[in-house]
Amino acid sequence: MLSKYEVVIGLEVHVQLTTDTKIFCHCATRFGNQPNSQTCPVCLGLPGALPVLNKKVVDYAILTGLATHCAIAPRSLFARKNYFYPDLPKGYQISQFELPICEHGRLEIDTQEGERKTIGITRIHMEEDAGKLLHDSGTGSRVDLNRACTPLMEIVSEPDMRSSDEAIAYLKKLHQIVVYLGVCDGNLEEGSFRCDANVSLRPRDQKEFGTRAELKNINSFRFIKQAIDYEVERQAEILDDGGRVTQETRLFDTATGTTRSMRGKEEAHDYRYFPDPDLVPLLVSEDWIEEIRKSLPELPEVKIDRFVTEYGIPRYDAEVLAAERATADYYDALVKEQGNGKLCSNWVMGEVQRALNESGLPVTECPVAPQQLAGLLKRIEDNTISGKIAKQVFDGMWQSGRDADTIIEQQGLRQVSDLGTIEPIIDQILAANPEQVAEFRAGKEKLLGFFVGQAMKLTKGKADPAALNEVLVRRLKAEG
Amino acid sequence: MSLTDLTLHAMQKRLQDKELTSVELTRAFLDRIAAVDGRINAYLTVTGEQALTDAALADRRLAEGRGDALTGIPVALKDIFVTEGVRTTCASRILDNFIPPYDGTAVARLKAQGAVLLGKLNMDEFAMGSSNENSGFGPVRNPWNPDYVPGGSSGGSAACVAARMAAATLGTDTGGSIRQPAAHCGVVGLKPTYGRVSRYGVIAYASSLDQVGPLARDVEDCAMLLQAVAGHDPADATSVDLPVVDYRASLKDGVKGLRIGLPEEYFIEGLDPEVHKAVEQAIASLRALGAEFVQISLPHTDYALACYYLIATAEASSNLARYDGVRFGQRVDRGEGLIDMFMQSRAAGFGPEVKRRIMLGTYALSSGYYDAYYLKAQKVRTLIRQDFLAAFEKVDVLLTPVAPTPAFKLGEKTADPLQMYLSDIFTIPVNLAGTCAMSLPCGLSAEGLPIGLQLIGRPFDEATLLRAGYAFEQAGDWHQRPAPL
Ligand SMILES: [Zn+2]
Repeated sequence: MLSKYEVVIGLEVHVQLTTDTKIFCHCATRFGNQPNSQTCPVCLGLPGALPVLNKKVVDYAILTGLATHCAIAPRSLFARKNYFYPDLPKGYQISQFELPICEHGRLEIDTQEGERKTIGITRIHMEEDAGKLLHDSGTGSRVDLNRACTPLMEIVSEPDMRSSDEAIAYLKKLHQIVVYLGVCDGNLEEGSFRCDANVSLRPRDQKEFGTRAELKNINSFRFIKQAIDYEVERQAEILDDGGRVTQETRLFDTATGTTRSMRGKEEAHDYRYFPDPDLVPLLVSEDWIEEIRKSLPELPEVKIDRFVTEYGIPRYDAEVLAAERATADYYDALVKEQGNGKLCSNWVMGEVQRALNESGLPVTECPVAPQQLAGLLKRIEDNTISGKIAKQVFDGMWQSGRDADTIIEQQGLRQVSDLGTIEPIIDQILAANPEQVAEFRAGKEKLLGFFVGQAMKLTKGKADPAALNEVLVRRLKAEG
Repeated sequence: MSLTDLTLHAMQKRLQDKELTSVELTRAFLDRIAAVDGRINAYLTVTGEQALTDAALADRRLAEGRGDALTGIPVALKDIFVTEGVRTTCASRILDNFIPPYDGTAVARLKAQGAVLLGKLNMDEFAMGSSNENSGFGPVRNPWNPDYVPGGSSGGSAACVAARMAAATLGTDTGGSIRQPAAHCGVVGLKPTYGRVSRYGVIAYASSLDQVGPLARDVEDCAMLLQAVAGHDPADATSVDLPVVDYRASLKDGVKGLRIGLPEEYFIEGLDPEVHKAVEQAIASLRALGAEFVQISLPHTDYALACYYLIATAEASSNLARYDGVRFGQRVDRGEGLIDMFMQSRAAGFGPEVKRRIMLGTYALSSGYYDAYYLKAQKVRTLIRQDFLAAFEKVDVLLTPVAPTPAFKLGEKTADPLQMYLSDIFTIPVNLAGTCAMSLPCGLSAEGLPIGLQLIGRPFDEATLLRAGYAFEQAGDWHQRPAPL
């Protein structure tokens, strides 16, 4: 069925920004407070109140634009999008229409076929969110305007995606970037990252796009994939039957995994956009852009390449470490201090990640700072302790916050590697296990492990395994 | 002479010299309101008790030597200014019982100076009108003759000053709404440059045109009130961050050598002969004071009215969308669903002129018409502004009539909105250009109705405007003639 048609997908993503205050007033943007407790005349849309643009929102939009290779407009406009709805206090939403802040960007995704593909970004614009309707049975509906006027960025892609997998790859990449930039908390359930998908089909030999359906406000990657896949099948069936797809907005039903038409008065809109006379044109100077460019963090792709070439770790490690900015920063700081890229990546992906998972802490609150961990890893490298003891020291550091050296000294964990100490211990073991010694000498060399184990037991694991091996083999073989 | 006949600056002097208390003054105005407002209908709300409390506080402040320019001066506000805890209707039934939780910036600045607020003044509903007949609470009558309109939309503010029911008032001017009623009521009205006074807390009619300004007994009073409210406000993105000069300092510097332009497009066929004559006399008077007159042209004047009625109504159609019955104001809900609740609330709450303008504006912004109407109007607006800026290369001030005729009778133009719109033909271009202008009394018609003179200044050059106005005013006595109430 699908071979007949090519799937065409464009995405519109609404990203809620992490500014402390709203886009046009000084109210806090915190999530989950008492209804209407974070409001003022401006976000309530009271008569006489006026919006004033929060400069931080512009900073964030420019940052996102730079990260996605957009052109930043030196002059952009805010416009009013007019429609009536009870959660929209002014009867219009302040958004950008003509002249958005960012245009002509792009994003690279890796397709399932293992290829790099460029997805165009048409535009990024700033706008305010609406409030929320709370429906309760009996007493009717209520309006909570805490969310009204919280800052959003709408990121609109070109219709460049050809499968639901590509759409998901694009969304995950975009999600990673906005979280990396620190402009969005990335929380899908709370609606910080919401997606509308425009889906259409066209016969493989056709140039023009088919009629599209717009799938609204879906808040998980899994649901987006389901919604697109359902929609593709639905449209293919219509086309197969010789029918026409209607241009409409469709809602995804998470219970049934299907989409349904959102008909009615709400749909037929002429938004009557016009420049908002309450806000002056937004002028962005070269200096402003340069200032933001300086704060642009290294993005995942670049970071991964750098980790591979500079620190000599496998690409897989680099991808895992770079997936989250805080983890990457931790790793970066660790290697800079310690030097051994692979040892460091093993530790961050291993012990550190395990301990964080167990305690439920984010890496930014890791009790063992990168500098402290570097101190520990140095002691492995200079043979002061073994890797096994190091894990024990790490747990101690995690609990107490002390440095590795302090714990090693206090608990006497220094590795025993001088032969003067090891030899008498080995004498003792050989004397106590004559049968095993005989068997070994008779050719059962597997027993070496047994002797090592005995030595470790006696030294509480502190014996240097290399030294131990060397002495054991020498003694066992010499007298045989 | 009664206390209410004093000018604001005379009151200020007496208050500061302790010859008078604010309580005495406030009481005199409250008595005056009680005595005459039944015939005028200027006040929609009188806040008598609060005014007396504030007056007592002002007296204490004055006694402690902490008085400001307006401390203890009783003023009143067009009901378009939101006032914390005081009903604010914009003369619309849809806001019949709206009690705002905050003060706008201009109001807050007056309060900070210790001015005493007497109450809220009648107006055309949502500032849409030129006669004050569009109020949801009955028309205001002209203190010079109650059969005539006071002009609009700040008709209550102009009539209030003319009838001596406040020392001065604040109004707003979108297309002439301060200057035209000031002219019809024989008082001085000033529309400052767009961006000079904050619009925060002023209920919006047409955001790119609305501007706050004073209506007062004379030019000096206007200067004092403007001084109190002018200046940048971070809460209004369109307010301009330019220093505010001391308007009274240069008031008496005269007009010797001042170049005054006479735009040929304003002295036209339809101009009432009495108005024409009064303006000619004003020109002669200013010439005698040393001003030089230059004929100039504002070639795009003919398009101003059409341009205004597209831009203003387009903005209004959006500004008035918030009156939906959800959060405040009147709600009509017959349980037929949301959209019907919106429609029924708005149908019941808005008057006919407001509905007319919402429909006009909605049409102008509609898809398919936007380019032909709204966008074209914006382009014409730029041309009109350029006309003025070009004229100000040659002259310092422009002089024109305020309105083509003196005040007309109540009901005379209500049947013909277009005729009504024409009464703002000389004031509207100034709003489109965004510059400042004032209206000064310059004569009386044979029927005893005031005639207004308009002076138009360079953007943000209110000081020159006030200086020219003061010179003209002091050379005559039109501003001292009381309405025969
Ligand atoms: Zn707010």
